[in-house]
Amino acid sequence: MTLPMFPPGQGPGPDFAEVLRRLGLGPFRTPPAAVPLNLPEVPHGTTICAVRYADGVVMAGDRRATAGSAIAHRTMEKVHPADSHSGVALAGAAGQAMEMVRLFQLQLEHYEKVEGQALSLEGKANQLSQMVRSNLAMALQGFVVVPLFAGYDLRQRRGRIYTYDFTGGRYEETDYQAEGSGGRDARTTIKLGYREDMPRDEAVELCVRALWQAADEDSATGGPDAVRGIYPTVATITARGFERASEAEVKAAFERVIASLNVAPHPAGGDQP
Amino acid sequence: MTMPFYVAPEQFMKDKADFARKNIARGRPLVATVYEGGVLICSENPSRSLHKVSEIYDRIAFGGVGKYNEFDQLRRAGVQHADVKGYQFSRDDVDARSLANLYAQYMGAVFTHEMKPLEVEILVAEVGARPGEDQMFHILYDGTVVDEDRFTVLGGEAEAIAGRLSRAFRPEWSLGEALAASVDALGGGERKVSAHELEVAVLDRGNGRRAFRRVLEEEVAQLLAGQQSLGTAGSGPEPADEAQGQAGAVDEARPDGGPDSG
Repeated sequence: MTLPMFPPGQGPGPDFAEVLRRLGLGPFRTPPAAVPLNLPEVPHGTTICAVRYADGVVMAGDRRATAGSAIAHRTMEKVHPADSHSGVALAGAAGQAMEMVRLFQLQLEHYEKVEGQALSLEGKANQLSQMVRSNLAMALQGFVVVPLFAGYDLRQRRGRIYTYDFTGGRYEETDYQAEGSGGRDARTTIKLGYREDMPRDEAVELCVRALWQAADEDSATGGPDAVRGIYPTVATITARGFERASEAEVKAAFERVIASLNVAPHPAGGDQP
Repeated sequence: MTMPFYVAPEQFMKDKADFARKNIARGRPLVATVYEGGVLICSENPSRSLHKVSEIYDRIAFGGVGKYNEFDQLRRAGVQHADVKGYQFSRDDVDARSLANLYAQYMGAVFTHEMKPLEVEILVAEVGARPGEDQMFHILYDGTVVDEDRFTVLGGEAEAIAGRLSRAFRPEWSLGEALAASVDALGGGERKVSAHELEVAVLDRGNGRRAFRRVLEEEVAQLLAGQQSLGTAGSGPEPADEAQGQAGAVDEARPDGGPDSG
């Protein structure tokens, strides 16, 4: 390896993705024109959600990845810190999604180091939008990545949530959003339980409830796995930064949610022909 | 047809070296030293925004003296190199030694092939997992690399400052002691450098993944004040010397031989 020196005025600036492109290492290159039809199923990550509350934002995601109807992974992490005060969650083609998270994290850190100060929250949201757009060619072949970006805006002193479509369109949500195959069920649950300026424990419980309902309706969304002790990822982003909720806290929230469910036991024997 | 003047290679190189040395010596110096928690980098810098000390990677910091645009270009290249390497391989594979070698090659090539050498001296420091594993590489304008494991001084008056610091140095001293001694060494006997004129940063072993942390003016003032009150309580003229005297047993373990920086 050599030191990457660029002539004055022609350097890539603080853009890490551009540095990679210049060195021929850019990950989102144009795919082959046609993907063969007998392509094996690739892992997909599923339900993620984000809810604004009094101190900032809660983000949560289940842990299951599916390849077709098979479970590919039981312990996938879909909620990641993007930098100290923002987080990114991903639904969609897992390989592309994980690469996008890694590149996004590096992009923010690289900018911060080169420029000496962090990007604004909106700047970060726009960066992610460009990354989703650079994946468009792959998205058109079926490898869609749909991220959810949330952070604490240190200038405006509030939590903010951004959603994306697969073309890179960026939309700011006012209060909450859920994405992925169980996103619709999760969104409805949050919609019914949401109120403004909730305290932290209530917001965490609402996210956990939304994921439970999504897992109840959608086979690609994983519920709490008491046998293996696998629980969804929950994180809060506040003025103090990105903090993962402990497994014990998530477990306790699940127990409260399950105790409150009003589900009648199924009659013995089930349907008879 | 006119013939160009013949200049002997020795003379040509000597002129370039003198030019670089003279301009570097005009800049304000920078001191880096190991302490119990990592590496302290301390420099005189009246600017709040044009930094001489910066973060390169998780455990690696950069320091530069001399011409700002030149060492800032080197800093950016270092960040780009480190981030690309960490992306291509793993974060654990990014190390100060290989980065220092790349800097040395680049600076050496510029010194040999360009009309004008770089008017900078740079520092690449890496904090280790344990005390004693910290590394500091001091790279000169012509690509010479000096490897230090106790302290190093860059810029003008480096030898005098290094001499003062070597008298005060104590292995595994605290951040406050190291800072006070560094500031005393920078100022010499006659001049007191205030917290306002300093740019201080540490590579702190206990700071999580990203070890680099800027020590802001308020904290610098507190640390210096804390050391001063300790020093006057012991009625010693120089707090760093006093601390050295009290820790004789530790001091004996110190390897002999002065630093060869500067």
